[in-house]
Amino acid sequence: MIVAQRKPLQEIIEKLEKHKKVLIAGCATCVAECRSGGQKEVELLASQLRIAFADKKISIKISECCIERQCEPEMIEEHAQKVLEQDVVLSIACGVGVQEMSLRFADITILPGLNTTFMGTHAKQNSWEERCGGCGNCILDLTMGICPIARCSKSLLNGPCGGTHDGKCEISEDTPCAWALIVERHKEKGKLEQMESIIPPKDWSTSRDGGPRVLAREELE
Amino acid sequence: MKSGSRLEKILEQGNFAVTAELGPPMSADAEVIAKKAAILNGTADAFNVTDNQTAVVRMSSIAASAICVKEGIEPIMQMVCRDRNRIAMQSDILGAVALGIRNCLCLSGDHQSFGRAGKLLGHPGAKNVYDVDSINLISILRTMRDEHKQQGGDPIKSDVPLFIGAAWTPLGDPVDFRVIRLGKKIQAGADFVQTQGIYDVERFSDAMKKAREKGFHEKTAILAGIIVPKSAGMLNYMNTSVAGVSVPEKMIQRMSQAENPKEEGIKITIELINEIRKIEGVRGVHIQPIEWETAMQEISGKANLLPRPETA
Repeated sequence: MIVAQRKPLQEIIEKLEKHKKVLIAGCATCVAECRSGGQKEVELLASQLRIAFADKKISIKISECCIERQCEPEMIEEHAQKVLEQDVVLSIACGVGVQEMSLRFADITILPGLNTTFMGTHAKQNSWEERCGGCGNCILDLTMGICPIARCSKSLLNGPCGGTHDGKCEISEDTPCAWALIVERHKEKGKLEQMESIIPPKDWSTSRDGGPRVLAREELE
Repeated sequence: MKSGSRLEKILEQGNFAVTAELGPPMSADAEVIAKKAAILNGTADAFNVTDNQTAVVRMSSIAASAICVKEGIEPIMQMVCRDRNRIAMQSDILGAVALGIRNCLCLSGDHQSFGRAGKLLGHPGAKNVYDVDSINLISILRTMRDEHKQQGGDPIKSDVPLFIGAAWTPLGDPVDFRVIRLGKKIQAGADFVQTQGIYDVERFSDAMKKAREKGFHEKTAILAGIIVPKSAGMLNYMNTSVAGVSVPEKMIQRMSQAENPKEEGIKITIELINEIRKIEGVRGVHIQPIEWETAMQEISGKANLLPRPETA
């Protein structure tokens, strides 16, 4: 899923305080899963803002909505009437949702309330971890299902650099070394010799380096 | 001859090679390199010119190496994958060769977050590149030299005489993989290999044994790295905080009891050189007197490594 994190409350307050009618628009999909932008977070943020603005004696009408998937125009449309009554929408969807809202409601200010961070998983309680770099040419078959593009801080292709220590990355004790994990899994399966072959330079043209990507499935038309 | 570099000739002649390190300044002052070159001249066969080590901006390794050439000492230009994509790397290599640089050591490079240390701010917010990794870089240089081809396939209309180097961290985690990774570097085309600093000769001997079992010592010239110790604190730091460096407790104690730690550091270095020389398959040493170039003359001299042999 797409993982995002809410922007600091102070930053949101500063962006909103000059407006009169604000809609907080959540998204019930990925960002709800990572508890940043779903129905509950809409309610919580709305309460926090009401209290903050009351304290500052600023009068702003705060409304709430949660769109099933803010990245889907049809689902946005269901909430159009409510959106059109506002002068600003604080979207707490991922960056895709914010852009879809901006496209549909060109006359209304759409502000991002989250920082979209990565594609990842709910690795342990209250903790999400990056898993995929979306590079467009998956090599997980060569790396025992652990992605070095997303999970090695240098996106190395041929094993751990000299900086790995005790299974941790050189950048932080809290960051597992993806290549240490890959080596470990090869060892467990008795397949360490598979790591002897060189993975050649990656073709990054399937990644962001090839420009914004488009997926057109003509066969589905 | 692949490159005609002095380092290559020394190794070809069967001599025990000596390399040392020369860190470029955090300035545009060519005089700093010239002074270091004058101090280091004659103490080793070639000198590693670091490439923005620890991700701190310094004079480029290509420019500093070119100054070394002008000053009459042979550079081993280091190149890290952190800061350049394959286009910039190949372009810089062509430029380096044109400027008379004949050795290149291929490295991944420290992560940019390393730059913030002590009083330095570094550039932890920098975007890193890592378009290719160090093993791919070795392979790219070999293709440029041996096939006169760029990585993308376009031809190169001149020779690219280069002696290609790689790093080996024999005692680094995950230790089982380190010999395999060395093998990949040899497969990619590493002509010589310089190791991470060795203090634990016993463990290094074991690693060398594993390398010999695979015949790696015959396929590449392995130069054992020695970081000249200055204090017990430094040894302790290296042992606990530098990945792949293991310092025996005895050595840390010896240093802490020394009346003159710097003198003791030179003694330890010489002892290490003498012990490491005896290990089968070690074809040279890479001495790193970090920002202490003046120690090189004494170290090489007392380790009976001087004068350096003539090369044709």
